[in-house]
Amino acid sequence: MATDQKNNHSKTPFFDPMLPRSFRIVRFQQETAETFSIELKPVSGQKEFFFEPGQFNMLYVFGTGEIPISVSGDPTKPEVLIHTIRAVGNVTRSMNNLKVGDSIGVRGPFGASWPIKAAEGNDVIIVTGGIGLAPLRPVIYHMLAHREKFGKIVLLCGTRTPKDIIFHKELEKWYAGAELEVHITVDTALPSWRGNVGVVTTLIGKAHFDHSRCTAMVCGPEIMMHFTVQELQKRGVDNKNIHVSMERNMQCGIGLCGHCQIGPRIVCKDGPVFCYEEIKGVFTKREF
Amino acid sequence: MSKQTDKIMVLEDKDLESLFDCLKSMKYKLLGPSVYHGAIIYDEIENAEDLPRGYSDQQDGGKYRLLKNETSARFDYVVGQHSWKKYLFPPEKTLFEAKRNKEGFEISETNEPLTPMAFIGVRPCELAAIGVLDRVMMEGPYQDLFYTHARKKLFMVVVNCTCPSGTCFCASMGTGPRAESGFDLALTEVVDNHQHYYLVEYGSPEGHEIFRKLPLKQASTEQMNRKHELLGSASQKMGRTLNTENLENILMLNFENPRWDMVAERCLSCGNCTLVCPTCFCINIKDTTSLDGQKAVRRREWDSCFTLDHSYISGGSIRISAMARYRQWMTHKLATWTQQYGVSGCVGCGRCITWCPVGIDITEEARAIRKIHKDKTKD
Amino acid sequence: MKLESLAKILKEHPFLEGLEQHHLDFITGCASNVVFKKNEFLFRAGDPGNLFYFIREGQVVVEIYIPGKGPTEIQSRGKGDVTGWAWLIPPYRSTFDVRAAELTRAIVLDGTCLREKMETEHDLGFILMKRFAALIAERLEATRIQLLDIYGDRSKK
Repeated sequence: MATDQKNNHSKTPFFDPMLPRSFRIVRFQQETAETFSIELKPVSGQKEFFFEPGQFNMLYVFGTGEIPISVSGDPTKPEVLIHTIRAVGNVTRSMNNLKVGDSIGVRGPFGASWPIKAAEGNDVIIVTGGIGLAPLRPVIYHMLAHREKFGKIVLLCGTRTPKDIIFHKELEKWYAGAELEVHITVDTALPSWRGNVGVVTTLIGKAHFDHSRCTAMVCGPEIMMHFTVQELQKRGVDNKNIHVSMERNMQCGIGLCGHCQIGPRIVCKDGPVFCYEEIKGVFTKREF
Repeated sequence: MSKQTDKIMVLEDKDLESLFDCLKSMKYKLLGPSVYHGAIIYDEIENAEDLPRGYSDQQDGGKYRLLKNETSARFDYVVGQHSWKKYLFPPEKTLFEAKRNKEGFEISETNEPLTPMAFIGVRPCELAAIGVLDRVMMEGPYQDLFYTHARKKLFMVVVNCTCPSGTCFCASMGTGPRAESGFDLALTEVVDNHQHYYLVEYGSPEGHEIFRKLPLKQASTEQMNRKHELLGSASQKMGRTLNTENLENILMLNFENPRWDMVAERCLSCGNCTLVCPTCFCINIKDTTSLDGQKAVRRREWDSCFTLDHSYISGGSIRISAMARYRQWMTHKLATWTQQYGVSGCVGCGRCITWCPVGIDITEEARAIRKIHKDKTKD
Repeated sequence: MKLESLAKILKEHPFLEGLEQHHLDFITGCASNVVFKKNEFLFRAGDPGNLFYFIREGQVVVEIYIPGKGPTEIQSRGKGDVTGWAWLIPPYRSTFDVRAAELTRAIVLDGTCLREKMETEHDLGFILMKRFAALIAERLEATRIQLLDIYGDRSKK
């Protein structure tokens, strides 16, 4: 693993990792029908929230429960903590009903991060599926803030329909700008959609990047990552340069509850970002 | 006298109470074996007389019988369904309480004062199990604070095993029947020809402190030899064996082996094995709220990888079949655990075999897979 | 467009890359240049499928009209792609509508003409069939993944 993929618990202090810190919602943005973003600020204590892109927090809704969510904000702007969440279960649906001024408990940041240091000097290809764009947005922010350190940057986003696209405004801005190559595709659309239609793997062949010297970062439903990795391999990208973000049942976030294992790997501690070389074959092993 | 003899001395059985007195004077809470509903369990004890005298056990797959006999031996049985982990790692624990306030909510930790504990009668396999849990709970990037706190104040009196039972295989796992280190005091009971004594050794400064206060006598060469004889023969009397050579690789290379399906047909996913296992540590985090929504509590409870919920993520569980869940338990215990913590998760106590209602035997499963692997790789 | 410029464009198209000159000459003989305005159809479902397109610029979408729902876009094709192969396989009829999503320049081949040439020149026929097989396999895989609705909400409601 690259040396920057370590738990960043030295900069954001917390004492008992099982006790949440109280944060207040300062902005609430509905991104799509079932996805929303919240901007959080701490009620007391250190104002900045430092994290490495790819890390997650355990977010606690008073009395309802706690869930692991990747940080989706800008690591160069630690005054605001942003999370983008899909309302699919009990806790996330309760969160969707919260308003500006309400509190959320935060524990973290936990987990290994995207290999930004290792990507310096390379072309970078980012492939996202659905809400998978959220954990990778911090990487894009970081790279844009240090643009000269990276080669070509390509962003490929796949989602179900145009109505499910998150971070519309930013994607439009990046699409129109010259700093990164952006392609968006949907599975089905109405004729009013002027972009690509088709699965996101079909965009990889069309993107312009050096297949032998690149860092690929992939995030989305496991099956989407499976086919994306296959396509990248077909195009000559080495397993060592492919990174994915895995999801498992994480309850403690600190490697002690035993739930999030994939074989010997503990996702909240050794991941959620993994170099594919380390976990190759994981997508084809059933019930692993 | 040789230095070694000074480290190991003899305590007469009639003087065993002095050990209890010493520990009580140092304000330890004494915990040790008791008989309860036909089994040896661990509970609070006061005196040497509380120790179950004249009991031995018969254990096999899905079978446990406690037998009473006429001997005066206090430690002729081995382990029951309890393990010491319930004291260091309670089955239910409140992590915090929270209440709503104007700002949102505030969290208060629940920390009850902890009385230092003395475990009396820890078997070498159990000592090894505590060593395994030490690695899990205290040596990662994050520690279990309660475990660490309780563990630092823990005093352990180990009892070496002279009568292993039908499901024991500590010898195969290198964890017994004799404890080499890691204890405060270790006793080996000898009941012979109207003699009843313990060979006592200390293994720590705290142990030495108590060792010095006991009415100990010099151990004769004969007595020292008796200890070696008893423990040597105990090694040979194990009820089960497990060949651990290259076991981790063999299990992971045979992930799709049909043997798993065979075991799955019998496994009830009841989770007994995980409850009695002294190293299993999965926990569920449960958040609840008062009816008026003003107070919330977060609790932690023992969980088992045999539940469907264990691997649940949005949309469904990863390990749906009973086969996948049994396989997860066994491959974690015997294979991936070593990669995570540097030691095997299994200490050879045999509890999972004894307390499995259908008598599934982890040593038999490992043997079967090893044989299939051998046959496969020979071709 | 002059025949020689057409030949140059076809020679550079990814689908015909590496073909021998005399084969390219055959193909060029069946080809002509074409432009579609936005929303113009390249061909409709049910048309006698004898048109094979090499897309030079722009974007087209494969579309189907679902009664009660309206037109639904299934897949898009852009620069460097090919579309329209109904002429390869009997009954030689297009199954879908293909519409230009924006101004699109393409080279169109008379599929019937090409098919007849492939029947007489088996070498060329085999090479092109191999390439079509690879193309169809890739499309099939992409379509299967699309079918999985991988972004769909799997949680039980």
